[in-house]
Amino acid sequence: MIAGLSSELKKKIAEVVARYPKKEAAILPVLHLIQRETGAIGADEERWVAGLLEIRPIKVREVVTFYTMYHQKPVGRFHIQVCSNLPCSLMGGEKVIDHLQRRLGIKIGETTPDQRFTLSEVECLGACEQAPCMMINFDYYGDLTPEKIDGLLKGLD
Amino acid sequence: MACSKAWTRHVDEKILTEHFGLANLYEIEAYLERGGYRAVTKALQEMTPDGIMDEVKKAGLRGRGGAGFPAGMKWSFVPKTSDKPKYLCVNADEGEPGTFKDRYILTHNPHLLIEGIIIASFSVGIHAAYVYIRGEYEAVAQRLEQALAQAAQKGYLGKSILETGFDLDVFVHRGAGAYICGEETALLESLEGKRGHPRLKPPFPATVGLFQCPTVINNVETLANIPAIIQKGAPWFLDKGLAKDGGTRIFGVSGPVVRPGIYELPVGTSLREIIYTHAGGLKPGKKLKAVIPGGMSAPILKADEIDIKMDFDSLAGVGSMLGSAAVIVIDEATPILDVLKKVAKFYAHESCGQCTPCRIGTSWIHKIIKRMSAGHGEKGDVDELVRLASNIKGKTLCPMGDAASLPVLSLAQKFKNELESCLKDGSG
Ligand SMILES: Cc1cc2nc3c(=O)[nH]c(=O)nc-3n(C[C@H](O)[C@H](O)[C@H](O)COP(=O)(O)O)c2cc1C
Ligand code: SF4
Ligand code: FES
Repeated sequence: MIAGLSSELKKKIAEVVARYPKKEAAILPVLHLIQRETGAIGADEERWVAGLLEIRPIKVREVVTFYTMYHQKPVGRFHIQVCSNLPCSLMGGEKVIDHLQRRLGIKIGETTPDQRFTLSEVECLGACEQAPCMMINFDYYGDLTPEKIDGLLKGLD
Repeated sequence: MACSKAWTRHVDEKILTEHFGLANLYEIEAYLERGGYRAVTKALQEMTPDGIMDEVKKAGLRGRGGAGFPAGMKWSFVPKTSDKPKYLCVNADEGEPGTFKDRYILTHNPHLLIEGIIIASFSVGIHAAYVYIRGEYEAVAQRLEQALAQAAQKGYLGKSILETGFDLDVFVHRGAGAYICGEETALLESLEGKRGHPRLKPPFPATVGLFQCPTVINNVETLANIPAIIQKGAPWFLDKGLAKDGGTRIFGVSGPVVRPGIYELPVGTSLREIIYTHAGGLKPGKKLKAVIPGGMSAPILKADEIDIKMDFDSLAGVGSMLGSAAVIVIDEATPILDVLKKVAKFYAHESCGQCTPCRIGTSWIHKIIKRMSAGHGEKGDVDELVRLASNIKGKTLCPMGDAASLPVLSLAQKFKNELESCLKDGSG
């Protein structure tokens, strides 16, 4: 909940806002910071950010819905984003996606019932030399094989 | 981010990746030991802003982000006197599929980019720069932030740099997942806190850019070349490449080759050499079918078209483009329909939606290809793809319309027979 933002975060937000000649320009970084703490950008967060940056809430909604990295609903504790673009698929990316779906028992776009995993398909992650690759939260993993994926999933607490 | 595996190989003399082997090059101490920040010192203490601009012009440095616009000329379009502040935006969005070179520069050699930023800003009269970095590169952004803090601490950023009276602040700005924000005017909108909707040009960013102020937008690799131009001079840089296209390029090779990775080689190195000598050729048992030579937006080349120099003009001459120099290798076992499907899905997903031909055209193309892929392709579908793609080309607000249509056209035309054999009537 937005009311509970830590004072440390609020300080960081103020620092970020000061980097721009117009407050509104800080919206992307501010949303990143908030989402990190709250897990998603819901209606409360939108209103709070609008107030902070002195813009209408609809402006925040426009941004949240345009950019794929903002979540309107929380994702699982481990957000797996697997690349489905050309270089990855040339190296067996489709098999990686199939394996992940089977292992987690969910389809692309779904979250496991225990809220542990969300699986998303994404466009090129900028790591095509390690194709096929994926991200788990903010960490990159490349040269994936079914065995490597099993090992990675096992290692998550 | 995992960059530990040695994907870089050292061949010949390097400009950007020279000391990549050094594990801690991103620390300012290690960078200084290798002669770092001498270019900044020379530029600020011994050169004039105009002198720097001239040197960059003479060096024949063309933009590494995709369009290949001469960097020195771009800087010279910014009005010399302006009652508004001027800005530099560094394009580190790196979203073009197949491209990962800027990540290497930012991860291994962030101070080289910072030097380039300082010199460019000094030359154009800029006091604030923003590095727009794709949202997924969080670890990379942190490394850059650390490098910036170190540079400021040593007096290379902030107030009166090297006591010359020149001030510069550099900020890192993370994107949030939208390919279109790599397009320069979409990047400006995004930096201003809006959706990434490209702007109509003119006015060009050089006069009306970020916050309506004069703005230079340059790619990471473009700016990272500046220190060497200042240190070693324009003739030296030009000599590394071709007559109008100086220096080296960081070619990124992906797909089923023996050694995928980045290779810094002279502008004009042949595509065959890049694939077979540097990347080690195709993996055992695989045969070359086609190559996308400059990121996904570049029209495809067939296996017998790879004896070509990799520079802007040579590739334009055969109807393709060098773009971001991302070489995507495709093997015989891959059906062209699968390639087409990925291309179509990408552009349908990433169209910002402002222009009808791009918004509707890309999803229509994707729909037809999905149908073909499911085995329900109909006679005339390939011609329909060509018709649709031709109707996007040249009819949109930003160059993404062309980027979406050109690869489809090249695939449909060069592999017409293979694609038609996937159609109901074609398969007999
Ligand atoms: C759809 C689209 C996406 C682009 N993405 C990038 C990108 O990710 N990185 C980049 O540097 N340039 C990208 N560009 C090119 C920029 O618009 C611009 O030309 C470039 O940043 C200018 O810098 P340069 O002259 O140093 O190359 C893109 C262009 C288009 C049309
Ligand atoms: S061409 Fe496509 S991406 Fe560019 S402005 Fe138009 S709709 Fe948006
Ligand atoms: S295609 Fe998967 S990271 Fe580039």
